[in-house]
Amino acid sequence: MAQKRVLMKGNEVIAEAALRAGCRNYFGYPITPQTEVMHYMAKKMVQIGGNFVQAESEVSAINMVYGAAAAGARVLTSSSSPGVSLKQEGISYIAGAELPAVVVNIMRAGPGLGGIQPAQGDYFQATKGGGHGDYRNLVIAPASIQELYELTVEAFNLADKYRMCAMILGDGTLGQMMEPVAFRDEEPIVTVEKPWACTGRGDRADHNTVTSIYIDPDVLEAKNVELQEKYKYIEENEVRYEAYGLEDAEIVITAFSTCSRICKNVIRQAAELGIKVGMIRPITLWPFPTKIINETAALSNVKAFLDVELNMGQMVEDVRLAVNGQKPVYFHGRAGGNLPTQKEILDKIVEISKGGNV
Amino acid sequence: MAIVFQPTEGLTTKPLHYCPGCNHGIIHRIIAETMVEMGILNDTIGVASVGCTYNSYEYFSCDMVQAAHGRAPAVATGIKRTHKDKMVFTYQGDGDLASIGTAEIIHAAARGEKICTFFVNNAVYGMTSGQMAPTTLLGQVTTTSPFGRDASYQGYPINVSELISQLTGAVYVERVCVTDFKNIQNAKKAIKKAFQVQQSGKGFAFVEFLSTCPTNWGKGPVEAMDWLKEKMIPQYPLGCFKGADLDLEVKA
Repeated sequence: MAQKRVLMKGNEVIAEAALRAGCRNYFGYPITPQTEVMHYMAKKMVQIGGNFVQAESEVSAINMVYGAAAAGARVLTSSSSPGVSLKQEGISYIAGAELPAVVVNIMRAGPGLGGIQPAQGDYFQATKGGGHGDYRNLVIAPASIQELYELTVEAFNLADKYRMCAMILGDGTLGQMMEPVAFRDEEPIVTVEKPWACTGRGDRADHNTVTSIYIDPDVLEAKNVELQEKYKYIEENEVRYEAYGLEDAEIVITAFSTCSRICKNVIRQAAELGIKVGMIRPITLWPFPTKIINETAALSNVKAFLDVELNMGQMVEDVRLAVNGQKPVYFHGRAGGNLPTQKEILDKIVEISKGGNV
Repeated sequence: MAIVFQPTEGLTTKPLHYCPGCNHGIIHRIIAETMVEMGILNDTIGVASVGCTYNSYEYFSCDMVQAAHGRAPAVATGIKRTHKDKMVFTYQGDGDLASIGTAEIIHAAARGEKICTFFVNNAVYGMTSGQMAPTTLLGQVTTTSPFGRDASYQGYPINVSELISQLTGAVYVERVCVTDFKNIQNAKKAIKKAFQVQQSGKGFAFVEFLSTCPTNWGKGPVEAMDWLKEKMIPQYPLGCFKGADLDLEVKA
């Protein structure tokens, strides 16, 4: 039975979820707007005998993550956009060495030092790899605090299962807002054996090694092919999304994380004006819900798509690839830390509905 | 017939790829021998770095993790915090540790991480073909200081052991070389002491090995050993900078 609901801030829920998922290692570096993850860990992790290290940089923090993951531990780091850029070196190594780790990016507005208000400008970085080489991260985009809790726990299971980086990608709103959350009495932790981990050789006949370097081109190519096979399996098995109103929608909105919640209200307002609007909200940004978007585009009731993001147009590229020219795809985005108003989005919907060129 | 010399269990049977006259082979060997003699081989996790020793994870027969350039002390921190009862060491060159990895080494030492760092200083970038290192001597010719390192243009060598010894978290810091039997025996003692410091839980242990790079120095193996003694030691004096009198009673 679920416990009583408690009011908590998103960033604190991430930390609490990680602890509940059995994570006993956190390495981080302060950056707004995710620092409450660190504050929570600095206290709670130490109280339960886990490891909390405030690293000298994000670069160091992600390499501590690499070390703990290589040693077989469940491990978390969290940061925000500029800090996650610094972590990209380590994330690429984590991909190359096939280590399980959870990385949280509570996005702020960029580029550069940018601002500290919410944004979704790191979609490309998160979903297309981010660092050097051919690799993917599992990218999970919760839209509420309850979902943030449940998906953070799930991220640890997925990271262990696939031996790769699972990234929680939320905008600053998600990290900073408070909502009720109901914690489960027992978490669905899936324990995975890690015979490859460097734990000290002990009685093993041979030593374990964790590496991402393969000097021989044939060996490295084979490694890449192996990674791509894993990614293909994930694309076929781990896609998650929320969809509603598609069966009679005239316009379909695509939006992720908290931006989708603004759109939900707009859908109600549009209905009052007699415009039927549905929505596809990707929960996994990679693997991307290509199939449902493609199938929805083929529906005769669907006239157009409207993609709404807190950036200048990033996920919209994947939406267009999925729609594959079947229907027009419109975009509305705000940047710099500004959020779109419901009116802005509604105006866009009305215009699209009228067949206007928006 | 009595066996007087044999391979150490601390190294795998994979042939080393190092150039003739390079000291990495000797340093690998004495670290490996020390782990075996101390009975810690199966309880040790090493961290390889980037440079000529990038694949030392294939040579040491303990568990080994390969780290990104300069990040070995951070990787070792993650490993040691996970397995507090295991021995953890990093093996790093001068480009790795004293240039790109300065933040990682300084802060691992400052935190008093209970790890050992074995720092191999040959005053040059070996793997990438002989560029100027932070430890390159004044006047030394490298591929990126073709007219000799000029202090007014390229600054001064970094004496890492002296720098690390200023940090409270670093409890044992010694600089050694492996040019001859006596120095090799002394270096081996330093390795043992570094592991003992880690076992005692007192803090960070650091051993710097002056080393040769005949290929990039443009010298023969013997000539390189002489150059190390004549040129490197005056800039990088041998000796214990910290922790000479440590009480190394292992905590129960």
